[in-house]
Amino acid sequence: MENKKRKGDVLFSKYNRGEGVKKALSITREDILFELRDSKLKGRGGAGFPTATKWTIVAAAIADQKYIICNADEGEPGTFKDRVLLLEYPELVFEGMVIAGYTIGATKGIVYLRGEYEYMLSSLEDYLASMRQDNLLGKNILGNSNFDFDIMIRLGSGAYVCGEETALIESLEGNRGEARNRPPYPVNTGYMGMPTVVNNVETLASIPHIINKGGEWYRKHGTDKSSGSKLFSVSGDCLRPGVYELPWGTTISELLKIVGAKDTKAVQVGGASGICLPKSQFDRSLAYEDVATGGSIMIFNESRNMLHVLKNFMEFFVEESCGQCTPCRIGNVKLLEGVEMIEKGEYKFGYINQLKDLGKTMQVASKCGLGQSSSNAFISILENFKEEIFNGNGGGNGK
Amino acid sequence: MLVMEKNAMTEEIELLVSKYGQSRSSLIPILQDIQRKHKYIPDFAQQEVARLLDIHPVEVFSVISFYSFLNTTPKGKYIVRLCQTISCDMQGKAAVAKAIERELGIKFGETSRDSKFTLEFANCVGMCDQGPAMIINERVYSKLTPEKAVQILNELK
Repeated sequence: MENKKRKGDVLFSKYNRGEGVKKALSITREDILFELRDSKLKGRGGAGFPTATKWTIVAAAIADQKYIICNADEGEPGTFKDRVLLLEYPELVFEGMVIAGYTIGATKGIVYLRGEYEYMLSSLEDYLASMRQDNLLGKNILGNSNFDFDIMIRLGSGAYVCGEETALIESLEGNRGEARNRPPYPVNTGYMGMPTVVNNVETLASIPHIINKGGEWYRKHGTDKSSGSKLFSVSGDCLRPGVYELPWGTTISELLKIVGAKDTKAVQVGGASGICLPKSQFDRSLAYEDVATGGSIMIFNESRNMLHVLKNFMEFFVEESCGQCTPCRIGNVKLLEGVEMIEKGEYKFGYINQLKDLGKTMQVASKCGLGQSSSNAFISILENFKEEIFNGNGGGNGK
Repeated sequence: MLVMEKNAMTEEIELLVSKYGQSRSSLIPILQDIQRKHKYIPDFAQQEVARLLDIHPVEVFSVISFYSFLNTTPKGKYIVRLCQTISCDMQGKAAVAKAIERELGIKFGETSRDSKFTLEFANCVGMCDQGPAMIINERVYSKLTPEKAVQILNELK
């Protein structure tokens, strides 16, 4: 089990277990929603939807049952911040769910934990049991006679697409993890057809701090359009890989310095579904208004073969496409074939350009986020590293 | 399957259904428990799950076929899942994979003859800062070297 002292201004700042729930239960639901709106917190999974809006819609809905779901299906290549939050800061995540339950009027919370993280299950269950003992979960929480709430953990079974919120709900309902058409959104028609909030682990972990210290305090961190801090999962060619809490607006070169990266050629921001930036763009900042990301940062130094990197990403998407819609199912296979053609030196530029167009079609025509983002790497790597890839030895990738 | 084995399986599934509740949303937890115990979900178990949850057996098969951690053919006692995604790849996944294949005498995708080990590649297991990484059943191993990986397998043998 990991147990390092981590440094950070927001998420990793000092927090005493129970504080957030206690404060939340002492104020009204409207006050909580006000602080949340004031904080301008946006979803930390990557899409960046305002959390207050999501909660407000579900809070206003009239239904027999409402649900709060914690999306812990962290599957994006290069992302491991949720692992750190769940192992080292479970109080933040679970209390965030309790506060959500109180605010929206839900009595049940579900954590959808990816199957690969099954090794955490028993310690998380133990933690939930200790929260029940302290009356942070269960009936009449902290003596509040109108509020019952409990959390259960459900395991995924090795499907990347289940990180997409409607696919996740399908999986919880006992079906294949195939994304639904949206609308209706989960806030109207979610788990079991009921109004449901689905939040990322990191989003939920921010809540107790916001309630405790106020939305204004939170907003002081980060930029105008991206408030607060972000956890970055840093891996690849650097001296100090790991999870870093940094304010939004940090530039890529600042981050590279912090983690001790040298001779960096490229940085993949946002995982396999993100974009690959060359040196010339290292002054761009990590924020919703510039390079938005769920926090995956993969660093490649001068010795790396970018075509090999791209091939690894495309193999990933071919395996993980759920196969439900044609642009994603067939498109990813075609893009991978294109990469293999370039690898062998058996390609025509005209065809590669057609594949880039196909990639753009996939972005608009695919049903869910997987297919809409899986061609990002293909397009950005072939564009930003064309000299390396096409001007090499006989078109054969400089081998 | 022998009649006795069938009866035992039915009893086991009845217990799981009462544990998780007789609803469609219990399907995946039930299948996961069967998978964990038997390392696969036999045809007969699929039929029994379908009968007890009152859904068509093909629905059960459809769900199993969707998820990579559920399978309908037997696997080894230890399922070794080596991460193949780029961060682990750059930290030496290929050498670890070769060492494991040499040691067990099987390739990735195969199960050893004594049904002890199944080798599989996994997509990103969330240990990118400590790669190469692998998961064996419910345990995670990080910062592997070819030597360390082989040692871990030998301890399980």
